[in-house]
Amino acid sequence: MEERETILSVRDLNIKFSLRGRTLHAIRDVSLDLYKGESLAIVGESGSGKSVFVKSFMGLLDANGWVDSGEILYNGEDLTKFTTEKQWLRVRGKQIAMVLQDPMTSLNPLKTIGAQIMEAIELHQNLHGEAARREMLSVLTDVGITEPERRAKQYPHEFSGGMRQRVVIAIAVACRPQILICDEPTTALDVTIQAQILDLIRSLKQKYDLTTVYITHDLGVVANVADRIAVMYAGDIVEIGLCEEVFYQPKHPYTWALLSSLPQLGVKGEPLYSIHGTPPNLFNEVKGDAFAPRNPQALKIDFVKRPPYFEVSPTHKARTWLLDPRAPKIEPPEAVRKLASEGVKGHA
Amino acid sequence: MLKYSLKRLSSSFLTLLIIISVVFVLLRQMPIEGYFDNFEKADEAMIQAKLNQLGLNDPIPVQLWNFLKGLVHGDLGTSARYSVGAPISGIIAKKAPLSIKMGVLSMALSLVLGIPLGAAMAKGKGRFWDKFGTVYIVFINAVPAAVYYIFIQLYGTSFLGIPMLFDEANPVTWILPVFSMSLGNTAYYAMWLRRYMVDELNKDYVRLARAKGVSGKSIMMKHVLRNAFVPMIQYIPTSLLYTVCGSIYIESLYSIPGMGGLLVDVIGRQDNPMVQAIVMIYSCIGIVGLLLGDLLMGLIDPRISFVKKEGAR
Repeated sequence: MEERETILSVRDLNIKFSLRGRTLHAIRDVSLDLYKGESLAIVGESGSGKSVFVKSFMGLLDANGWVDSGEILYNGEDLTKFTTEKQWLRVRGKQIAMVLQDPMTSLNPLKTIGAQIMEAIELHQNLHGEAARREMLSVLTDVGITEPERRAKQYPHEFSGGMRQRVVIAIAVACRPQILICDEPTTALDVTIQAQILDLIRSLKQKYDLTTVYITHDLGVVANVADRIAVMYAGDIVEIGLCEEVFYQPKHPYTWALLSSLPQLGVKGEPLYSIHGTPPNLFNEVKGDAFAPRNPQALKIDFVKRPPYFEVSPTHKARTWLLDPRAPKIEPPEAVRKLASEGVKGHA
Repeated sequence: MLKYSLKRLSSSFLTLLIIISVVFVLLRQMPIEGYFDNFEKADEAMIQAKLNQLGLNDPIPVQLWNFLKGLVHGDLGTSARYSVGAPISGIIAKKAPLSIKMGVLSMALSLVLGIPLGAAMAKGKGRFWDKFGTVYIVFINAVPAAVYYIFIQLYGTSFLGIPMLFDEANPVTWILPVFSMSLGNTAYYAMWLRRYMVDELNKDYVRLARAKGVSGKSIMMKHVLRNAFVPMIQYIPTSLLYTVCGSIYIESLYSIPGMGGLLVDVIGRQDNPMVQAIVMIYSCIGIVGLLLGDLLMGLIDPRISFVKKEGAR
């Protein structure tokens, strides 16, 4: 595989939160290279830290959270060294823009959507007045809103959920960012609208030459949009690889469990697979492999020592002792093998 | 909008009519002494003659009808004891302007002090201004107004050398009463603005605005403050109107000839015509305040629609 240009690089990032006098270790030694023009999906269950992870790229952690160590390199600068709002304002919107989960609440109810898009245009494209307005109308057209002249004068409550999400995407695109982060962009939408929104993001990615990062727990979304997948568990990326690699040759037991829980892979008449137990409490220091307590086939070493990354291919690596040459051979569950043998991507 | 306003207006009018009728009928149950300034000395014939002259022997519905007819012409009746025989509208017209001026000034001061205080409290939640404001609000709400009014008068006059008694022509004497009057409302505005701003700050659209690169200052000014003001706008006309009615305590403390103490005064003297006129004015003020508040809300908040919904798409 050719060497790709890295646009953003995270090195050994640790993020902590202080809650009621206790410290929560939300992101544990995460490293990630984001390639220019790619589409990366970060998957994981609620609380796995995926949102916190990407928020740290924009300095949007809640007030009680902080980057404890590590670096986020973007354009030759370490974003974790930023201390003032002024520094962050060079990045937010301008370089990295974000689409939030719930379009029903992410727009200001008292401003017309035209004004809200204009705000982004005036901040980042240095256009004002009539020029900014024309740009706003063209962005609205780009996100598939018909009659932009009339719609721009309307307020968010006059739009449906799917249309509002289009407006939120229009705001993000109007910033002309390099990287677009979509934090569960379709979770709050009707299934029928989800596909439209994903298509829209994909076409805008082409048009505006964006690098996109999706955060989701919906593997169906992932299969649709991602070039690469990073699987997060308990504040750590446990497996990362090309979309096909993670779906068809998953190596980490957590990825196996995640894939096995896909309803599409279940056997008719049998209860759906679900992962037992709960994720570890991140207030306590996690020992060994964070998933071990929920993994019925965990090895002894999983409870003692945290596994390093083992490279499966130049693009695929996983943090599991199973990849150690000394490890016993453990077969992935049947559902996962079935998925691999079928080799079909479009299961969603 | 027009249709809605008319509808609200007519229902307000109806409310007012009901209040007037109830007060009017209740006051007819009061002893008749209130209509005479020399009841003890009058004999039965004189009393009956006076009652007939005033129309008080008519059936109550007829009396009410006559009173309402007078109202249409701006005639509130005449005072019976407070200032014998003087038209009530004249008495109020003489006293009201001073209370109104003072009320508007104190209201303006409350807004000027209360809004920045509330905004500063919301912005630095848990920090100095928030704590300072909380102490202030708790103090104002917990300590009876009379206590700090007296302290303000005491220290204002002795340390700042401001004359104790109010003199309309001397602007310096306005300072202490206006300041005292504004303290309560300042606390009220600061408290509610802080609360509404904190509510807004936690909303997703603020997060999105931050993500799109709007500075914290702009978010506060353009998004949060404005949106937080919307729920408050509803109460401002009412509080303004009540403020202009004057404060009994402050007016007596500084000997201000306003209308603050008027109602208590005329109730004490059993001046029935005055009581009904003033109660009516106060109800009017309350109703108009609510009406204005609702209409203002409608003007400011696009989500409140007065026309039939087109339907969101």
